[in-house]
Amino acid sequence: MTSHAAAVAHGHAHRDDVGTKLGMWLFLFTELILFGGMFIIYAVYRFSYPTEFRLAATELDTLVGTVNTIILLTSSLTVAMSITAIQEGKKWLSFVLVAITIALALAFLVNKYFEWGHKIAVGLYPRSPELLSRPAGEILYFGLYYVMTGLHALHVIIGAVILAVMMVFLAKGTINKHSYVRLEVGALYWHLVDIIWIFLFPLFYLLQ
Amino acid sequence: MATSVVLAEAPEPDFYHAATKHKGILSWILTTDHKRIGILYLVTMLVFFFTAVVLGVLMRLEMLTPGKTIMEPQTYNTFFTLHGIMMIFLVIIPGLPAVFGNFMMPIMIGAKDVFFPRLNLFSWWLFVAGGLLALVSVFLPGGAADTGWTFYVPYSVRTTTNVLPALMAAFILGFSSILTGLNFVTTIHRMRAPGMSWFKMPLFVWSLYATAWVQILATPIIGITLLLVAIERLFGVGIFDPTMGGDPVLYQHLFWIYSHPAVYIIILPGLGVVSEILPVFARRTIFGYKFIAFSSLAIAFVGSLVWAHHMFTVGMSNTGMFVFSLLTFLVSIPSAIKVFNWIATLYKGSIELEVPMLFILAFIVQFCIGGFTGLILGTLAINIHVQDTYFVVGHFHYVMFGGTGYGLFAALHYWYPKMFGKMYRKTPAVVSWFLLTIGFNLLYFPFFLLGYFGMPRRYYDYLPEFQTYHQISTVGSWILFAGLVIMFVNLVVSLWHGKRATANPWGGETLEWKVPSPPPLENFHDIPVVTTGPYDYSKYERVVQEAK
Repeated sequence: MTSHAAAVAHGHAHRDDVGTKLGMWLFLFTELILFGGMFIIYAVYRFSYPTEFRLAATELDTLVGTVNTIILLTSSLTVAMSITAIQEGKKWLSFVLVAITIALALAFLVNKYFEWGHKIAVGLYPRSPELLSRPAGEILYFGLYYVMTGLHALHVIIGAVILAVMMVFLAKGTINKHSYVRLEVGALYWHLVDIIWIFLFPLFYLLQ
Repeated sequence: MATSVVLAEAPEPDFYHAATKHKGILSWILTTDHKRIGILYLVTMLVFFFTAVVLGVLMRLEMLTPGKTIMEPQTYNTFFTLHGIMMIFLVIIPGLPAVFGNFMMPIMIGAKDVFFPRLNLFSWWLFVAGGLLALVSVFLPGGAADTGWTFYVPYSVRTTTNVLPALMAAFILGFSSILTGLNFVTTIHRMRAPGMSWFKMPLFVWSLYATAWVQILATPIIGITLLLVAIERLFGVGIFDPTMGGDPVLYQHLFWIYSHPAVYIIILPGLGVVSEILPVFARRTIFGYKFIAFSSLAIAFVGSLVWAHHMFTVGMSNTGMFVFSLLTFLVSIPSAIKVFNWIATLYKGSIELEVPMLFILAFIVQFCIGGFTGLILGTLAINIHVQDTYFVVGHFHYVMFGGTGYGLFAALHYWYPKMFGKMYRKTPAVVSWFLLTIGFNLLYFPFFLLGYFGMPRRYYDYLPEFQTYHQISTVGSWILFAGLVIMFVNLVVSLWHGKRATANPWGGETLEWKVPSPPPLENFHDIPVVTTGPYDYSKYERVVQEAK
């Protein structure tokens, strides 16, 4: 309360890192609920078509999914390490760690590209004759697969762009040992991208 | 000589005249000042409001006679769609929070701005982008969307009209709404002045707080749902398409999971305005402050769990119907708590019938009619009879227009002196209130009868026996329109010709009345220290007691 009052007393010049993070957490709630709508739809259709969903899941490449999970988990580690680095004033170490995070994000996307490319090559994409010849549950499974992993990939891209901006801030010194809340909220967003994948991975790849 | 004295008395210019980084129009559209952003929202919102009003009046004119009166059926379909999209997403959802919340809330809690000023400006930009997209969709080849504001599948996937831009408009407007809510929650948590504890906050701020949470937690659902309809139109993944195993009813569930809480996003700030204005003109400390504050949260919470009462006829288990009907009835408890507290506040008050108070009193009556008809609709047996009839449309407009719309007009007349530093003329304002209220009730009350007798909503044509009711209603729309024109002409003329407003023309006790009208750039020279509750009218009450 006292620090809050003091912060207010300084007016516009004030810095309130707790408030900034509160705002970011609220935004993360909205993102979770956005995906929550998709998870509800998944749950409803999995309940309606349990056999078809299990059958369709065998056609996904678990190895690619596992590799991507490892990539994303590692990227969460590197972005968390970048915060510790800047807290200790190691500017360029922090910079490099964020760069590694972005590289891992790109690796994830490249993997995803080949995975989707393979599916499309064997004729499994929305409205394809191959897919339409299959039972309804499998059509829905692949529909959801494209929509949910696609929406997630979009978030990976947004997250990578945010992290790229953080690199600029780090290089310019806007983010420094004494003021690193931007890097923290940027990293929070990245962890969100990660945790959504943590749920997508078992739902699509492991429940066979 | 005189000038130097004035300057000595007013060392700080008001926010219209304070030095800004940019000049001219840029000083407005690039501003991060919450007051300027509030005015920006007000102006843009009013543009959409009048567009949608004109569409509504034309629709009523079409219903004057059975068959074609002035427009083709397809035009009528696009009119009710646009009227709905504009009024809901561009007028009454942002109306109170984005206009008056932005302008007043930081001042009311003793802050210099919102927590994220640049995000605030970004929200307005998104709002404008969404509004323009909705307007542009009308003029693109293919024609305006004709799905109704509910975008129900499968029609919204199959129609060849411009549903895609309309969907994107609603999506962008939802994003804008989320960011405003996020900004408000953070501001209220982190920026209250010293001494402004939670239970010393003005009740309008409490209602904005409850609203902001619903904006944050419910809006993403409509975001993903509308996105899915767009994906369905573009790629045909089949999620809502029964030929591919999808379920159109699931769309309705997802749509109402947001859109029912959305009506609480709309009505809660309206209820907040009543709680804010009533004690000022009754000169009474508000009755049951904590109950009113908590009832806002209770409405926000229970209101998020009642969505399927829009779908009693589409196929649902009996258990589901009972639960949703029961929950619907439960919402009436916190709503009634508010009404009882308002009445108790009026009791033994020294009531002054200023213009904002007139709107508030009409609000309470109309909100009760809207609320009670809502309970009738929540009753399972009757619902089957009146589902998708004019009864629903009547109920909806009594709450949304007779409630929130009136709250908007009350807020406009209450805070006008503070926002613009001018007083409006009272007589034309009272005349406009009178015409508006007569017109409103003539327009919408026949809807209950029409609906009860079986007139379906959204129909272009009707049976001859309904004509009398439709004609009364159409005449009502003209009176209402005349009232609106008088109201806004009066308000606009007063911007130039009104008398200068003092800092506190109504005798309000909340913080916005302790700063000059209009407020200076950063509201407070020194952040105030709050020691009393927001509606401390004990001194007036003592006078009344002693007079006895």
